Amino acid sequence: MLKILKYSFYDLMRSRWSYVYFLFYLLLGVVLLFLNNDLSKAVITLMNVIIILVPLIGTIFGVMYYYNSREFTELLLAQPVKRSSIFLGQYLGVATSLSMSLVIGLGFPFVFYGIFNSSAIWDFSLLLITGAFLTFIFTALAFVIALSNENKIKGFGYAILLWLFMAVIYDGLFLMSLLYFEDYPLDKFSLGATMLNPVDLSRVLILLKLDISALLGYTGAVFQKFFGTNFGLILSFVMLVCWVIIPTFFIWRIAKKKDF
Amino acid sequence: MRNTNVISVIIILLICTTNSWANTITVCATCVVQTISEGIAKAQVGDTVIVHKGIYKEANIKINKGITLLGKDLPVIDGEKKGEIITIGANNVTLDGFKIINVGVSYTTDYASVRVVNSENFIIQNLELEKLFFGIYLQKSNNGKVLNNKVRGEAVTEFNSGNAIHLWYCKNVEVRGNDVQKVRDGIYLEFSHNIKIIDNLSKNNVRYGLHFMFSNNNYVINNIFETNGAGIALMFSKFMEVENNIIQKNWGTAAYGILLKEVNDANLVNNVFLENTVGITVEGSNRLLYSHNDFTSNGYALKVKGACYDNKIVENNFLYNSFDISYNGRINDNRFNNNFWSNYTGYDLDKNGIGDVPYRPVKLFSYIVNRTPETIILLRSLFIDIIDFSEKVSPVFTPDDLMDKNPKMKIISHDRN
Repeated sequence: MLKILKYSFYDLMRSRWSYVYFLFYLLLGVVLLFLNNDLSKAVITLMNVIIILVPLIGTIFGVMYYYNSREFTELLLAQPVKRSSIFLGQYLGVATSLSMSLVIGLGFPFVFYGIFNSSAIWDFSLLLITGAFLTFIFTALAFVIALSNENKIKGFGYAILLWLFMAVIYDGLFLMSLLYFEDYPLDKFSLGATMLNPVDLSRVLILLKLDISALLGYTGAVFQKFFGTNFGLILSFVMLVCWVIIPTFFIWRIAKKKDF
Repeated sequence: MRNTNVISVIIILLICTTNSWANTITVCATCVVQTISEGIAKAQVGDTVIVHKGIYKEANIKINKGITLLGKDLPVIDGEKKGEIITIGANNVTLDGFKIINVGVSYTTDYASVRVVNSENFIIQNLELEKLFFGIYLQKSNNGKVLNNKVRGEAVTEFNSGNAIHLWYCKNVEVRGNDVQKVRDGIYLEFSHNIKIIDNLSKNNVRYGLHFMFSNNNYVINNIFETNGAGIALMFSKFMEVENNIIQKNWGTAAYGILLKEVNDANLVNNVFLENTVGITVEGSNRLLYSHNDFTSNGYALKVKGACYDNKIVENNFLYNSFDISYNGRINDNRFNNNFWSNYTGYDLDKNGIGDVPYRPVKLFSYIVNRTPETIILLRSLFIDIIDFSEKVSPVFTPDDLMDKNPKMKIISHDRN
């Protein structure tokens, strides 16, 4: 498995797209710092980018990579290698290289700008950690979709639908239910609903770390009380890890049974 | 002969009169008079009692005649927590240059460092108050001045702390150049009219920087209110002028820059609101003028809670606030005109400096948050941006006529002197 991981990883490292992705983040970081001159404000703007773009790119890239390397995968399958290690290796290779592009691309400009001497260091590292988590989650979901759909068009369609659901539609449904049940106490419900969507969870985690949390008022206080404690923080990371593990498990199961 | 007579009469008269108003009594550790109370007891109306440097452990000092009590090199009066320290109960008293510490704390009596009762023409200046309960407490006293005092409290909670400068049933008092920090309310007015509050700094107070209750015709000019529970709380008052103040960093889940409740006919002009959770929150206030204010980087710039009619919001700058205006109703009787909005995305084809498309400052999301506060958790979600955009294009939920028909294209530079 490690060999395949290494191969996928180097393959991607050599590919143009990783560089484009890396340069995109590098440029984003530099421009943000250049325009803003304020680390904590740059972190807020970055958050908007990360919670929307990272899942999108993870999904699209995952699906694309799977379909593109299909022939090579079939070749590998003819060899005496375990199936699970082929697919898990490929998945980990893609996800690792994507998160590396993200972390290094954003990390560089901020390090040179002096993030280590700034109080925003924790917010920033939280941002990078959630960004990496989101990459792993959405790449895994993309692999699950690609594995269960032979048809490329269908696969891409589902992948984009998945992103749309997580980033936009989920919040819409969430909002509707909050408005519909406004007569009931909604703190627990909104906490639960936030925990269930990795995009929302990352957004709230970062928002609460930033100054802006005072704006959230009473609801914010409930959230702050929950996420501010170690228990809440650990629980939300456990939730993110679950979001990585469950799709990975599906990759493993589908790969085992799949007929090529 | 006649001339010399006249001259001698004049000289005698002069000596008599100077004697009657220029006696000076000196108080110090090595003098004949060693306590301040003794010095006051010996003084006649119009005399000056000079207190030299030292620590005077005295409480319940009563000034009951019109004298000047002057501290040289900041003598310290230590009340040893025995209750009130100085009580003024006469007209024409001047109190100048003391450091007053250790006022008694009580839950039944409002002990003050300096209390002025039923007096006229008082001047209280250059005091430093520490370890206090209430600071300067003016009670039914008129035509006085409270100048350049420095108050450092140690307030943590609202219920066991007092106010730095407290006015109750006063008229025509000038409160200028004071620096009040870490008390309950920096400056508090109740049933007080025609008070001028100028050039003060009110900072780090547990409750409000400045608090009005039932007080009319007051001026608040050139003050700084920073990191208080709320900068200024104006309640049940009329005809106020709030000008050239800086109200900043009042940040927290229940913090405001200015809280207006049942305030009518007031002018809020040329103020700066910087980094407050809510710049101004208004409830039941009519005929107010908000103009030439800067609202910068606040959570909400202006939160209108209802029953506010005939207000004018003109020529303000709204810069980088999370929400510019929040409204919870569909009726609007307030006029927005000629403001600059940093979120404005319109254009100006005829180049007259005024945008051709009206600006709608109320976002759908702020309307939703008003209805169901829990929804704030969706702040900065992509979905919210999308619905805000569609509401901007065709308003359905937000008041139809709530818009700035002539938004400025460029930031307004106010004429501040």
